Amino acid sequence: MAPIARLLLLALLSTALTISSGSGDGYTINGRVKIPQGLGTKGFALPGKTSNVKVILNGGQIVTYLRPDGYFSFQNIPAGTHLIEVAAIGYFFSPVRVDVSARNPGKVQAALTENRRGLSELVLEPLRDEQYYEIREPFSIMSVVKSPMGLMVGFMLVVVFLMPKLVENMDPEEMRRAQEEMRNQGVPSLASLLPGGGRN
Amino acid sequence: MAIRSFLILFILFFFSSLNPILSLYEDQVGLVDWHQQYLGKVKQAVFHTHKTGRKRVVVSTEENVVALLDLRQGEIFWRHVLGSNDVIDGIDIALGKYVITLSSGGSILRAWNLPDGQMVWESSLRGPKHSKSLLLVPTNLKIEKDNIVIIFSNGRLNAVSCIDGEVLWEKDFEGESLEVQQVIQPPGSNLIYVVGFASSSLFEMYQINALNGELLKHESAAFSGGFLGEVSPVFSETVVALDSTGLILLTVSFQNGISFQQTPISNLVKDSFGPAKIIPSSVTGIFAIKMNAVTIVIRVTDENKLEVVEKTNHETSISDALPVSEGQQAFALVQRAGPEIHLRVKLAHNWDDNLLKESVKMDQHRGLVHKIYINNYIRTDKSYGFRALIVMEDHSLLLLQQGEIVWSREDGLASIIDVTTSELPVERDGVSVAKVEHNLFEWLKGHMLKLKGTLMLASPQDIAAIQSMRLKNSEKSKMTRDHNGFRKLLIVLTRAGKLFALHTGDGHIVWSYLLQSLQKSKVCQHPIGLNLYKWQVPHHHAMDENPSVLVIGKCGPSSDAPGALSFVDTYTGKELSSLSLVHSVAQVIPLPYTDSTEQRLHLLIDADKHAHLYPKTPEAISIFERELSNIYWYSVEDDNGIIKGHALRGKCTGEVADEVCFDTRELWSIVFPSESEKIIATVTRKLNEVVHTQAKVIADQEVMYKYISRNLLFVATVALKGSGEIGSVTPEESWLVAYLIDTVTGRILHRVTHHGSQGPVHAVFSENWVVYHYFNLKAHRYEMSVIEIYDQSRADNKDVWKLVLGKHNLTSPISLYSRPDVITKSQSYFFTHSVKTIAVTSTTKGITSKQLLIGTIGDQVLALDKRFLDPRRTVNPTQAEKEEGIIPLTDSLPIIPQSYVTHALRVEGLRGIITVPAKLESTTLVFAHGVDLFFTQLAPSRTYDSLTDDFNYALLLITIVALVAAISLTWTLSERKELQENWR
Repeated sequence: MAPIARLLLLALLSTALTISSGSGDGYTINGRVKIPQGLGTKGFALPGKTSNVKVILNGGQIVTYLRPDGYFSFQNIPAGTHLIEVAAIGYFFSPVRVDVSARNPGKVQAALTENRRGLSELVLEPLRDEQYYEIREPFSIMSVVKSPMGLMVGFMLVVVFLMPKLVENMDPEEMRRAQEEMRNQGVPSLASLLPGGGRN
Repeated sequence: MAIRSFLILFILFFFSSLNPILSLYEDQVGLVDWHQQYLGKVKQAVFHTHKTGRKRVVVSTEENVVALLDLRQGEIFWRHVLGSNDVIDGIDIALGKYVITLSSGGSILRAWNLPDGQMVWESSLRGPKHSKSLLLVPTNLKIEKDNIVIIFSNGRLNAVSCIDGEVLWEKDFEGESLEVQQVIQPPGSNLIYVVGFASSSLFEMYQINALNGELLKHESAAFSGGFLGEVSPVFSETVVALDSTGLILLTVSFQNGISFQQTPISNLVKDSFGPAKIIPSSVTGIFAIKMNAVTIVIRVTDENKLEVVEKTNHETSISDALPVSEGQQAFALVQRAGPEIHLRVKLAHNWDDNLLKESVKMDQHRGLVHKIYINNYIRTDKSYGFRALIVMEDHSLLLLQQGEIVWSREDGLASIIDVTTSELPVERDGVSVAKVEHNLFEWLKGHMLKLKGTLMLASPQDIAAIQSMRLKNSEKSKMTRDHNGFRKLLIVLTRAGKLFALHTGDGHIVWSYLLQSLQKSKVCQHPIGLNLYKWQVPHHHAMDENPSVLVIGKCGPSSDAPGALSFVDTYTGKELSSLSLVHSVAQVIPLPYTDSTEQRLHLLIDADKHAHLYPKTPEAISIFERELSNIYWYSVEDDNGIIKGHALRGKCTGEVADEVCFDTRELWSIVFPSESEKIIATVTRKLNEVVHTQAKVIADQEVMYKYISRNLLFVATVALKGSGEIGSVTPEESWLVAYLIDTVTGRILHRVTHHGSQGPVHAVFSENWVVYHYFNLKAHRYEMSVIEIYDQSRADNKDVWKLVLGKHNLTSPISLYSRPDVITKSQSYFFTHSVKTIAVTSTTKGITSKQLLIGTIGDQVLALDKRFLDPRRTVNPTQAEKEEGIIPLTDSLPIIPQSYVTHALRVEGLRGIITVPAKLESTTLVFAHGVDLFFTQLAPSRTYDSLTDDFNYALLLITIVALVAAISLTWTLSERKELQENWR
């Protein structure tokens, strides 16, 4: 247990001093990735295991991984402005701009590039979780009705149940005339259906 | 035809306006896509089997992968793909629960939790100078109850605590020319020997206390003959080395002062063949040397006498020592002989007896055995059994046990060099085909299940049944061509020189072939595979021929190394012929001409700027000579910053008398100022891309003409200072210039400078546009820009009267020599992620709208609609522009999680994305490769020309039945009613 506590202490000390000057020619960037519990657990196939999270410096110059407590560090980094990205399946992280200044080492200057929010310490949290799959709409009557087949059935129903009503509401005299016309003509031809065609 | 395409366009517009997002439901995973995980060629393997429970093995590979495998089936428990420049130097297991990896030239030491792959600690080691990196995990060496790891790297010896990675002590070896060769820890002692050479003729030995790093003894002795190559430790205080001529073996003993004992190799073997090389082994008292193709195993006796125990012409691999009971060591030797491999396991001190001797049948196309790792287990009768993990020449990994192959992994597929596709055979009578649908009843039953699924009435068992039914769909892995063109063969060339054919349906390997022309041989020590081209695509008048591919390789990394060609039939997977070229291969140009057997003409340009035509047939030459004056190409010399245009002059003159050799001439050259511009990216259009129409109808019924030319080249240059990594330069010192160059005339059509930007640049060119990704230092974000190029010379053709009166210039010849009248439009947007590669979807007729496929740094592939990268986007589009589909301008490109084509998967180590059109216009096939392989089908504008797999035939049937029933019911009802009316 003791060594783990020592490690924790070490890590805690190092976040207070996010950028420390290293023993050699470069600096060390220490930071932490924090994935809130509860986020991204619903309907998600692969739980965001911290062992699969990669932290990437300057588009692939250095790739590092997270310790069990979420801390990471880049060592031997020259002074300048750097970009840190976090690749984690299921989460959207904003890249972070980190300034490592040669003049005043230890000063933290980090900002999310997506929304230009400054960070007082290098704790990276996902902006949102990523849902890679569409969610199936639960079965609803409306979706069936809206489908082409549903529309067909609906039309049929209208014809079956509303047309007789329409016929009933017709003037009986007009009805008789129409029936007579039908009898006279026999099978209605296409010409009679065309506007003006049925007039003669 | 016009009507049809208009209809398609209409439908397309209709659908694309409905839902621009491509998306996938979770239960659709695996329907059309597949994902395969690989490791790469295994560099080192460490078994973890000494406890009861799961038998596992940790491996590190040449693709910078560290992984834990199940020894029973070869499945991956966990895997980490380290950064591309984080090469693994060594791995081991410490404390029985941590995997220790040393990487990045010995400067990063990491410990991973063995069961789950979680990183436990990481430490960075530095040292005074560059050196060999050695990792040593002593079994029972403790400092204050702390197990330690000994690392020699960068000229410094470190002892690191296993528990937290803290450096307990360090010791520098700063001797000017000291090259440390070995770090030896005699078992059971607290001493460490560091041995090496200094100033090429001095043997140095340092004895160090492992507990505190104190130097106990330092001795050195000169040997006038000098040293060559590596040393092999034979005993804990004796090593074997070679003198600088490679002819004399030196046994160096440093127990009491350093003593050399010379043994000329000619004394050991009668017919010696020139300089030898030591193959280091960790077996006590045994080492091996190699002279040309002959391997000699030598035993060192207690009096440091050498004796040859085996001499063989076969390529032999020797495993590391495996401690078995009572301080004994076992080791394995493996050799290939014809169709079999012979495996022998021996005890180190007893050469004459074999503990195990087995012969295993091995596929010829796996080649030689490159590496072997052994592990033992105790059989039920208390005797030792051995299992061997072997790495073959084709980079595959196999486990042998009891004379059989227990499992094999095709890890060569982790390093794909090039990909092409081939059609499957046409379905004919006699071509055996898997049973399609068993009978109508089962078909209906399946669809009833599906219906239940859509109505959400299905029980969990039903859902499982539906899922397995969909995944098992026998249609998709059939070995014949399908109507929609979804089934194809992906032909891939791997770094090992092996050709694989993968089926697009489920990704299984149809055939594989180890190309002899790309194998190490006496003539060619370091063959390299270069490219893969479609050689013969039988189409109209060569239907009986099988399609074939051309594999181009060369012998060695230098630019004037001779090339090698080989032609492989893609149906049978057999090599048709192979050619060893006398000339080198600098550039390959597939020409747009084919001969009567549909063999495509290829032009190979060598380092001396001669062009060689293949195939070497009189017919091909006559076709080629007709088109001689129409062939242009360009070459890029990124080191000098020169782009040159070339054309052909005529048959070769001079000493090379060859029918198919042609002289070339330089047409033009563009020289970039070397101090301010460095070429970092060039990209051109895909040769086989199809463009449906040149005209683009924009709002207000206006027409714009795309400038479509196959000879456009996009070039990106950066300031010399900005060519380094991000963060190494300030915005003021860096700029990026993008050019569009016509490669026939060398004319620069467009040039744009992005101040304060730098590379890396990833670009894709399609139709009349180019999209490129770069880093904006001022905003400190990545940016993507689009340039679209339009032809203005046709702009006046809009007038209908001119067309009617024939005063248009549509029929006037187009020549690249006339000054093109073009305009360009461009726009830039922010993009969140770093990018590894960009590709674009391609369809058969080029009607379907395009999507960009962006391989992100997180090894995912994002599909981004081209409409987001339209230079005509404005903040407030007019009504007409909105109807056209123009999206309001935003400063950054959206990342919609549902449009990741790889969904929740990663294509680890992503290197390339290839798109292939299917026969169905709406669909494109996408293959992404890296350490993993991923394949899927994409429909950028949805499948507007076919029903989806999800289409429910049962629902359709039921509806029809219901309709018919309703009709007959109402019919009878009305009849009855009429009858009653009549009775009344």
